[in-house]
Formats: sequence, structure tokens, C-alpha cells
Amino acid sequence: MLTVVIIFLWASLLLYLLLGGADFGAGIIEVFTSRANKTQTRKTLYRAIGPIWEANHMWLIIAIVILFVGFPAIYATMSVHLHIPLTIMLLGIIARGTAFSFRHYDAVVDDMQHLYNRIFGISSVITPLFLGIIAGSTVSRHIDPQARTFLDAYIFSWLHPFPIAVGLFTVAICGFLAAVYLVGETDTPSERQQFVDKVKGMNILAVVCGGLVFLAAYWEGIPLMDWVFGHPLGLLGVLAASASLVLLWYLLLHGKGTVLRLLAGFQVMMILFVATYRHFPNLVLLKGGGYLSLLEHRGQDKTIQALGLALLLGSVLILPALIYLIYSFQKKEPKQAPVY
Amino acid sequence: MDDFLAARSQMALSLGFHIVFSCIGMVMPFFMAVSHYLWLKTNAMVYQNVTKAWSKGVAIFFAVGAVSGTVLSFELGLLWPTFMKHAGPIFGMPFSLEGTAFFIEAIALGFYLYGWGRFNPWFHWVTGVVVGISGLTSGILVVAANAWMNSPAGFDFVNGQYLNVDPIQAMFNKAWFSQALHMSIAAFAATGFAVAGVHALMILKNKNVDFHRKAFKIAALFACLAAILQPLSGDHSAKDVAQRQPAKLAAMEAHFRTEKRAALVIGGIPDADAERVNYAIKIPGGLSFLAHGDFDAEVKGLDQIPKAFHPPVAITHYAFQIMVGLGMAMLLLSLLYLWALWKKKTDRSWLLKLFVVAIPLGFIAVEAGWTVTEVGRQPWIIYGIMRTADAVTPMPGIAYSFYLFTAVYLSLAGVVVFMLYRQIKMVDQLYDRPQGVKEYH
Repeated sequence: MLTVVIIFLWASLLLYLLLGGADFGAGIIEVFTSRANKTQTRKTLYRAIGPIWEANHMWLIIAIVILFVGFPAIYATMSVHLHIPLTIMLLGIIARGTAFSFRHYDAVVDDMQHLYNRIFGISSVITPLFLGIIAGSTVSRHIDPQARTFLDAYIFSWLHPFPIAVGLFTVAICGFLAAVYLVGETDTPSERQQFVDKVKGMNILAVVCGGLVFLAAYWEGIPLMDWVFGHPLGLLGVLAASASLVLLWYLLLHGKGTVLRLLAGFQVMMILFVATYRHFPNLVLLKGGGYLSLLEHRGQDKTIQALGLALLLGSVLILPALIYLIYSFQKKEPKQAPVY
Repeated sequence: MDDFLAARSQMALSLGFHIVFSCIGMVMPFFMAVSHYLWLKTNAMVYQNVTKAWSKGVAIFFAVGAVSGTVLSFELGLLWPTFMKHAGPIFGMPFSLEGTAFFIEAIALGFYLYGWGRFNPWFHWVTGVVVGISGLTSGILVVAANAWMNSPAGFDFVNGQYLNVDPIQAMFNKAWFSQALHMSIAAFAATGFAVAGVHALMILKNKNVDFHRKAFKIAALFACLAAILQPLSGDHSAKDVAQRQPAKLAAMEAHFRTEKRAALVIGGIPDADAERVNYAIKIPGGLSFLAHGDFDAEVKGLDQIPKAFHPPVAITHYAFQIMVGLGMAMLLLSLLYLWALWKKKTDRSWLLKLFVVAIPLGFIAVEAGWTVTEVGRQPWIIYGIMRTADAVTPMPGIAYSFYLFTAVYLSLAGVVVFMLYRQIKMVDQLYDRPQGVKEYH
């Protein structure tokens, strides 16, 4: 059952990165859209993510619940030492979620919309940035349970080049995912072209930020090169991601939306795979060589059993409904226009 | 402000905020589903308009409830890491199931809000019902987790170790049923009176009267039914608390000395030093009867509990009095309304005015009730096992975090009120359309 729980943890992180990420990315794309195209982009974006955006964010809750039920020591350590970035990420989640629904459900359309839009845009960047910083901090050996000063315990646990580079990389990935997703949602060739250009731009940005991650890792002495290239599986992951990227660029000109999405999703999956499997089962690498492991720091057997069963039951109920939801809203227009 | 107080204040603020939104998000889908059903049955356009107007409210409240709930799931760790380290694996079961319920709610809401005209009308209606049922389920599960803090079960506590964990037993702890029942009914009463009151106000203002009258009736019926049932569940809760948490009951009633034929204390100002309540109305034997079903039964007082483990008596006592008082007020109003309904006199302006006055009552009662539950458990975070002070995060400077979240929640509350005001103001233009053709065909 432990395996089931770990698979669910990994899958919910992946799905949050993919679906929640595309969602954040939509906000990032909006920030990077010229004023003239903003209204149309916003419309496309709303139609694409409106029905599923509440569900996208459930993956984060699932991951958190798995962590605090199944691996409480890991959850507690992260909560203490990454209190500040977690809080900033939370503020981002609050701001973004509320601004998104306010701007669509406010009965009066006036200057308030500018405020909602600005908050939505800014928080769409901040939230994945800090999500990435948190992820980067967990493996960069800056978290020190023995730290005595405020700065060491609560600031320098995350404020370093490597976590920040990972944060920027996460933002770029989200933008890339959203751009790819939205290519399949466009109506006109000119709008499609606009999003194709965004995919290219975001892809280049992601490659640059990925380079920064390697530079920062080198500078801080994090053995990232070894993690990625030091094992045949890692190498295979990198090769697969690169190959799918080439295919994606080729298909971008005339390919179908669905294939593009699958390719982009595959790349992100490979990145997460390469980033996590080399230190598995360790989830948090501590200062001084210690670690928090999914195997050693797990809850008692009965807890893991119950958690695994709850997750399996949940997925039987959730997945068909979620797939049907996404499928239903792929069919472009309703039979009759809604009255809203 | 010291860090411990700041952490408690931030938690109280976050819960106090979330509880309002989650109650509305949990209950309004039922109103919406009833109105939707009436529309599908009668084909009267006004019901479709009411349904759509309410569904916007649901969308706003769901979004704010969802994000504030996400914040809480992190705050448990951010503010109380030691508690979560030990409690997480024990009381986590309802949270894992709640994740599923909440996920289903989010999916169903996607179908419902965006599904107008896309699906078979009855499928569409069912998705709305599913929103309500899954929301209510997730509420019950979260309360079951809280109940575990009041009535820890499903583990053995040996030398500071939490052994033999059984998450299922922990979920079905002794307090889960009474707490979940009391909270669910409270959510219906609070939301019902708030919604009914707003529509009553609009009827009094003579605006879109047909629309508001239909909406008022649905909300008022839910509210009244809940308010009439609530004292029964309250009685069940009181007996339960008397057994499990005598210190909490003693604080609720400011019952300082153990005695037989204990009096029910109504109102008054507790004086903890002198161990008595001044200026209170006392009903002899009343507390004994309420707690144990026998006028002569002995009720444990605070004197039986070491001073270090006394909850703050004054706050718990006042909060309890407020909750019960408002509960009684809502009960009376409900009986009055049902009488008026029977006599076909529901349009009287004095009755509508009473409903307007009642808008905040249910929510004040809900907040007061939570104060009783949470403050009455102090100084324990896990009753009898772990003290709240031992669970708090070691990080200093929590006061700043508290100020920050206070600012965020206050501004959010402000924006939501502002948006609801705009929704109501726009009813004429958006929804109050004449009888028309059924939209689905």
C-alpha cells in the first residue's frame, strides 16, 4: 500500500504541475499579451479553464493531505523551515482564486475589472515562482533542523540561487504548458498563430531558465549534473524529453491540439521524473547530509493502509467524472448560448 | 503580541472566516437545486432566474471558501507543526476522504455552472444536487476531524508515544456525530436566515417582488426547519459534552462547584476568582437535567479539574449564552413564520422586517458555537493529551503573519460584500425577465 500512496503523491504533484500549471500559465500568458489582444485572449482563456479550474487546484490539496497523513515528519519540517515561502504561495493562491472568480461573477463590469485583472496576473506569476522555490529548497540541502538564528532557520533555508532558479523555471514551464494548451482552443488562424508564437517564446524562456538551474546548481555544489546524467534512466528521460520537444516544434506548424498537449505534458512528466527519481525515497535533503525519506519517515502501517484505500476509492469516484468534465467542455459551443 | 497568541489568533481568524463561506457554499446549492427543480417542473421563468442568481452566489462563495480552506490545510502545519506531526497520521482519515468529497464538489460545480444548455436538463439538475451533497459530506468530514481533537480515539498514548494507530476508529470518535449534526443544521439555519433576510429586504423595498418572494420562501423554509430541529441536536450535544469534556461544560455554564441538582445559569457575569456568577437567572436543577436527563444528577464543576487545565471561563460562558440565545430567537421567528404561512399572512411587513433583523443572527451563533468548541477545549489542542502551547511553531514573528492575514481576510470580506451588493442591485437587469420560453428546447 505504501507504493500506492507514493505513486499517488507523485501523480498528484505531476497533475498539479500539469493542470494547475497550465492554469497559472494562462495568467502568465495574459500578462505577456499585448493590450490589443488581451480581451480575446482572456475570452479564450476563460472558456478553456473556466469549467475545470476549481478542480485543477485540488491536486495540491491531495498532495498536502498525503504528506501530512502519510509522512507527518516531512510535512512538519517543511512547514517550519519553509514557513515564509509557503505563506507567500498561499497568499498567491488566495489572490488568484478570488480574482479569477470575481472578475467573472461581478454583476457590474467597470474599473474594478482592471483591479481583478492586475491581481490575477501578478498572483499567477508569484504562486508558481514560490512553488518552484519550495521544491528547489527541499533538495538543495539548505534546510537545517539545527539552525539557531532566525536567518539560518527561516530565510536561508530557501533564499538561495538554486531554489530561485527552480522557481523561475517553474514559471516558464507553466507559461509553456498554458500556451500549448491554448493553441488547441483557438478559433481563428491568426489567433492560433499568436499562441504558436507564445509557445515558442515560452519554450525559449524555459530553456534559458533550465540553463540557470544548472548554473545555480553548479555554483552551489548541488550534484544536479550527476542526478540527471549519471544514471541511464535519467539520460533516457532527458533524451525522451528532447525528442518530444523536437517533434512538438515540428507539429506546432500544422499539428493537432491534442498531440501537442500530450507532447508538452510528456516533457513536463520527464522533467519531474528526472528531478525526483535519483534521490528517491528521500524527499527532503537536509543540511549536513541528513534526509527525510518516504520510507523511513512514514506513518504507521495502519495509517498508510487507510490512506491508500481512501486514495483508491477517491480515484474511482473522481477520475471518470473529471475525464467526462474535460471531455464535455472540449465540444466547443453549447447547443444553445447560455443566458449569462 | 506574543507568538502563541498570534498563532491562535491567526487560526481563529482563518477558521472564523472560512466557516462563513463554507456554510454558504455548502447550503446554497440545495436552495439552488430546489428552485431549479421548481423551474423544470412548472416552467415558470422566475424560478430559472432565481436559480441563476443563486448559482452566481454559490460560485463566489465556493471560490472564496475553497481558497480559504486551502489556506487552512497549510496553516495546520505552518502554525501547529508539532500537533500535525503526531496527529496527522491519526486523524488524517476524514481529511483524505474530504479531499475526495471536495474534489467531486469542484467537478460537479464545473458541470453545473458551465453546463446550462449543454446537457440533458435533468442531468444538469443532478450535478447541482451533487454539489450540495458532496459539499455537505466534506463539511461533515472536516467536523469529524475536529471532533477527534475534542475526543481523541484510535491510538494508545504511552510515554509520550502515539502507538497502535487506527485511523478508522479515530474518525468515528465519540464526538463526531453530535458535532457534525449540530454544525450541519447550524449551516442550514445560518445560511437560510441570511439569504431569506436579504430577499425580505428587497420585498420591503418593493423591488422585483415576484422574484424575491419566490426566493424568500425557499430560503425561509429551509431556515425555519433547521432552526426548529437545532435545539434537539443541541440537547444531544450538551449531554455528550457533559460526559466527554466536563471542563468544557462547566466553563459553558460557569459551573464552578460540583453539585447535585445543579442550576441552569442564564446570562450573568462569571467571576472566576470568587468562583461564582453574578446577576444571572438560575433555574434550579436545570443543568442537571440538561446534562444528564435527571434533575437531581451530580454535575462536575471546575473544582474537580486542576486549575492549570481550566478553559477561559468568561469567553466560553458568554459565547455559549450568545449561541443559545440566538438559537432561541431563531426558533421563535421560525414558529412565527410557519404560523403566518398557515394563516397565509407571510407578506406582513413586520414579519419581513424581523427576517431582515435576523440576517446575521445565524452566523453570529455559528461563530459563537465554534468559540465554545475551541476555547472550551483549551488549554488542550488534543483533549487531555497535548497542550496547545506545546504544539505551536517555533518560528518567531507570527504576529506579522497574523496582521498580514487579517488584512487579507478583511479586504476579501469587503470585496465579497461589495460584489453581493452589486449582484442584488443588478437583479432587474439580469434576471427579472418576464415569463418566457423554456430555454432548453
